[in-house]
Amino acid sequence: MAKADGPFNEMGMSDEVRGPYADIERWLREMPSDKLELKRREAETLFRRVGITFAVYTEGGDPERLIPFDIIPRVLARAEWDRLSLGLHQRVKALNAFLADVYGERHILRAGKVPERMVLGNESFRPEMQGFLPPAGAYTHVAGIDIVRLDADNFYVLEDNCRTPSGVSYMLENREAMLRLLPDLCGMHKLAPVSHYPEDLLDTLKSVAPPACRDAPTVAVLTPGSYNSAYYEHSFLADEMGVELVEGGDLFVDEGFVYMRTTQGPKRVDVLYRRIDDDYLDPLTFRPDSALGVPGLFAAYRAGRVTLANAVGTGIADDKAIYPFVPEMIRFYLGEEPILLNVPTYLCERDDDRKYVLEHLHELVVKETRGSGGYGMLIGPQSTAADRAVFADRIKARPADYIAQPTLALSTCPTFVEQGIAPRHVDLRPFVLNGREIRVVPGGLTRVALREGSLVVNSSQGGGTKDTWVLER
Amino acid sequence: MLSRTADGLFWLARYMERAASVARLVQVGNRMSNMSLSLDNPGNEWRSTLIATGTEPGYLAKHGEIVPSLVLDYLVLDPENPSSIVSCIETARRNGRAVRTALTVDTWEALNETWQQTRALKADRLAADSLPGLMDWVVQRSLLFCGSYANTMLRNDGYLFTHLGTLLERADNTARILDVKYHVLLPDHEGVGGVLDYYQWQSILRAVSALRSYHWVYHDRLKPWLIAELLILRPEMPRSLVACLAHVVDLLEALAVRYGGQRGECHRLAGEIHARLRYGRVEDIFQFGLHEYVTQFIDDMLRLGQEISGFYLNVR
Repeated sequence: MAKADGPFNEMGMSDEVRGPYADIERWLREMPSDKLELKRREAETLFRRVGITFAVYTEGGDPERLIPFDIIPRVLARAEWDRLSLGLHQRVKALNAFLADVYGERHILRAGKVPERMVLGNESFRPEMQGFLPPAGAYTHVAGIDIVRLDADNFYVLEDNCRTPSGVSYMLENREAMLRLLPDLCGMHKLAPVSHYPEDLLDTLKSVAPPACRDAPTVAVLTPGSYNSAYYEHSFLADEMGVELVEGGDLFVDEGFVYMRTTQGPKRVDVLYRRIDDDYLDPLTFRPDSALGVPGLFAAYRAGRVTLANAVGTGIADDKAIYPFVPEMIRFYLGEEPILLNVPTYLCERDDDRKYVLEHLHELVVKETRGSGGYGMLIGPQSTAADRAVFADRIKARPADYIAQPTLALSTCPTFVEQGIAPRHVDLRPFVLNGREIRVVPGGLTRVALREGSLVVNSSQGGGTKDTWVLER
Repeated sequence: MLSRTADGLFWLARYMERAASVARLVQVGNRMSNMSLSLDNPGNEWRSTLIATGTEPGYLAKHGEIVPSLVLDYLVLDPENPSSIVSCIETARRNGRAVRTALTVDTWEALNETWQQTRALKADRLAADSLPGLMDWVVQRSLLFCGSYANTMLRNDGYLFTHLGTLLERADNTARILDVKYHVLLPDHEGVGGVLDYYQWQSILRAVSALRSYHWVYHDRLKPWLIAELLILRPEMPRSLVACLAHVVDLLEALAVRYGGQRGECHRLAGEIHARLRYGRVEDIFQFGLHEYVTQFIDDMLRLGQEISGFYLNVR
């Protein structure tokens, strides 16, 4: 793994500015900081007015918060993006093949490339999906692949999100905000557009209409409701695609088909872009106490009368304990070498790995295999002895629940913070669409850790976002 | 469209309209209670404002007696009062957020900005010198909301349900103002034509933004039976019962046509209520009893709302 003296600054140093940032660097030098502050405030007003907020589950304060938006864009050259994009295609293809395989013939398990126990004994594995192939064999219709960069050449996948990844509305709204607030700066660059994402998403969803659908498919977005933290995104995507935004209570199953309750009576639904977790989809099949879901939905799905996107059971592909095997999947299913690198990962359930992890807690990042959103994490170099003791106990008690990785020196981008313009760590979540073909909109959501030295970019942990630019030239 | 969406749009519009009605009533109440000639007991004015907004029982349960400053707080800011201006806007916005995909960007922003500014309201805005400005602002925000949906929404069923919400609420509000003030319009009212009555009549017209309209329509001094006629029977008066009901009938008919000719009790009932207004005479209303007439209208509107809901909005 590459190790540099300090984290890689994507803009370069002042004496040696990297090509894609040339104009940004000049613009930043000429921009008085009070004007930058003005733009930052304008951005905040804009986001509030449009209502681009997310809910935070903590005590007190404003229940609808803004994710801080940094107005200095993160820039990728076309060549950098092209390589990334190839890697994303490859990875999603392999993840999808893995899903079709583990719910089908299980070749990869029989070949011993992934331990059978880790798949079949995993709570993300859905036995209900065995022997059922969704339309077009597509499972991960929308995948968010979290990418970090350590130097000029190496992109690593930090994790795969194959269930209901969110954040794409920020990718789109961030660009809108930039075009509005800094038109000159945008005009100076030839930006690869992103605004066609909702159309691509709709095409992808239509392309996987169920076999029982004879006419133009009716698509809807299924949301847990307006109290969900990502509700803004659900409504935004439904609106942009021009399809209904439904809640569980708007749907019912009758004689095996799914209908929405409308002012004109029941209307058939063919494809549901669902943003509800598997557990809550159908109280008859999954959690019986779910009030968010639709009784009978899963049976209709298996009968080929409605398509769910993403498919049920995709969690087994993005499980943190399965992650170390993705490069092997790429080799196994595609016969190719992985283009994007995996972060070396220690599985605490392996005796050797656990021993190493416990001895090196101060330099590792420990993650709960079931955790997400930056919760349940130990960042070794920033931890206290007490933190480490707590994690050591937890790892010993339930080793299978923990993995560990080296602390990565994530790349930084210039960011406007209270102290002025300073480098802050970033990651990137591109969104990969997968129906009858794979499509990626150039760019993605750049998340930035606003606190100095922080490596946690999650919005629930004080992270912000940036517009991500792929330069056409 | 989804029944839930139609329901959300309908109530969103109702609550935005209600917020403005409460603001108009507060304006009037404030004006009247500040007039020194008013009234042996200025509390009367606020009591009738509470009755007109349907909040008297809630207020008395909370505060026990009529204290003008407490009434103001209850009507404008109190989140425990579901019909306070702040609550109306909160409810409107909650409905709006739940049906966001059915709103245009302009409509959403008009609503969301109103909500944000409402949330920042402090009690000092109820001071005598800033209250009128605040109430004007609420009315303006409601008008902005109506203007933005009227000018930007697709003319589809979503628009029809939104507009239906606005008009049903508007008719109900006009009726409630008449209901609480009917006694000053009665011919056998003591001290007919006194200064006090004159201001009471004015206040009714102000509460529905119709003082100037009265003069344009009648070119005459304020006369109680003409005020009643204007607010109940004159089609050119946009907040009159007949004008609102004419729209309601049209909107329900437009929905029926759009939905392949399906009609229900709501269509019949709206037609019947409208016909009574359309062919009604003010003499007959006074003969029947103004109070009884208005009370019956309010009951009819309640029933109409339930029928619309059962037919379109809460179909299970």
